[in-house]
Amino acid sequence: MSDATHAFRRATEESPLARWALIAVAVGGLLLLVGAPLVAVFAEALSRGWAAAVESLASRDAQAAIRLTLLITAIAVPLNAVFGIAAAWFITKFDFRGKAFLITLIDLPFSVSPVVAGLCIVLLFGANSAIGGWLVASGYPIVFAVPGIVLATVFVTFPFVARELIPVMIEQGRAEEEAALTLGASGWRVFRTVTLPNIRWALLYGTLLCTARAMGEFGAVAVVSGKIRGQTATMPITIEMFYNEYLSVAAFSMAALLTGFALLTLLLKTALELRHADALSATRRH
Amino acid sequence: MHIQIDEIAKEFGTTTALHPVSLSIPSGALVALLGPSGSGKTTLLRILGGLEFPTSGRVLFNGQDATGMTVQDRRAGFVFQSYALFRHMTVFENIAYGLRARPRASRPPKAEIERRVLKLLDLIQLPQIATRYPTQLSGGQRQRVALARALAIEPRMLLLDEPFGALDAKVRKELRQGLRDIHDETGLTSVFVTHDQDEAMALADLVVVMSMGRIEQIGKPADIRARPATDFVRDFIAA
Repeated sequence: MSDATHAFRRATEESPLARWALIAVAVGGLLLLVGAPLVAVFAEALSRGWAAAVESLASRDAQAAIRLTLLITAIAVPLNAVFGIAAAWFITKFDFRGKAFLITLIDLPFSVSPVVAGLCIVLLFGANSAIGGWLVASGYPIVFAVPGIVLATVFVTFPFVARELIPVMIEQGRAEEEAALTLGASGWRVFRTVTLPNIRWALLYGTLLCTARAMGEFGAVAVVSGKIRGQTATMPITIEMFYNEYLSVAAFSMAALLTGFALLTLLLKTALELRHADALSATRRH
Repeated sequence: MHIQIDEIAKEFGTTTALHPVSLSIPSGALVALLGPSGSGKTTLLRILGGLEFPTSGRVLFNGQDATGMTVQDRRAGFVFQSYALFRHMTVFENIAYGLRARPRASRPPKAEIERRVLKLLDLIQLPQIATRYPTQLSGGQRQRVALARALAIEPRMLLLDEPFGALDAKVRKELRQGLRDIHDETGLTSVFVTHDQDEAMALADLVVVMSMGRIEQIGKPADIRARPATDFVRDFIAA
């Protein structure tokens, strides 16, 4: 009945028609929702040529915004990497009451609107609050200053690292750490030589996502920063300001630069993955 | 090393894993903790290794109280159920881990570490695999590497949690003899956990039958077979 040349289709394989339809939907959606805006940003930025775009980025306000965003990211991301590792470690390596509650709490910044988060910071540390009044009086204002922007950014990007790490660490269990302990390693050495190498890819991925989000955060920062041009206006805030002032080339040039930063982080991740492909395939669990 | 377990009990929240149990393990013996899952045998093994601490009771090593001793200070060579090899390290690095983790003063020089690792690879009859990663090994090879890693720290005792549990029947028989040989060669007091009564009877000098957090019987394999102390033991070894 079945001759040797007849090709059977695998049970999990779809018909060619269904396959092409699915691919078309995926590629079409990707082009429309991700590709087109990306092209539009760069096209608009360069609508009056390279010189105009570069010139707009060289303005004093633009330079201040870029510096501020990089500074905020450089503070917020390492903080969240440390917080994220600590939270994931605590949740996955210990058994305690209220674990589910803590996991929900970590997710809170995802579900709370960034604007609300910003308002909470203003309420807590604003000049009208007890703490805020004292801090302003002592010359360390938080709201409408860099510390407030850092706080807002840390809050909004808090879940990224922890969320990446928790499933990986749950899957890996505690056995390797316990083995290292029985071999005489101290807690810190176990963390450095066993835990960290095992989570490094999840950590890298979480950190990159966190970086991209930290650079792009708008809502919470808009509330706490006070949008002081040249002082507390980050890149996304400055983009909005330029746009509202009909400085379209300036707005889109900065938007393109911000997009460029995000693309750079993704490229970095891909490059690292390619470079360490051997180690990855050898150590990944089947 | 002589191990004395004195009225050890362990509770996890509201569940009792071990009712007070007492057991004396003579120096150099190969002992099996035999019982079904939930009998408390693994908990007892982990208490000996310092990975769990008892709710009450004492552990004595050579007559010295070791109940509160840290896992690092115990120097117990522990072989885990699924071996827990460090997956991002080669076999060599896995075996060398314990020696490299020692404080500088007692850490052997590099050449000495290498010599010892190669000697252990010879002992487990796998001299060729030093540069491989754990995922590139068969189940039997992994088990032997885990054993070599545990032996590298010059342990005072050997503790094995279901050392043959993850292996197929043929490899299991081979490695049984391998463990017996290594035990006889090193003379280490060794305790292994198993739910397989064949394995316990074939391998151990002394079998401790456990059920529901209690010790049902302690005896030589032949004695337990000939004179089961309780109905549970009779049923369990007949299975």
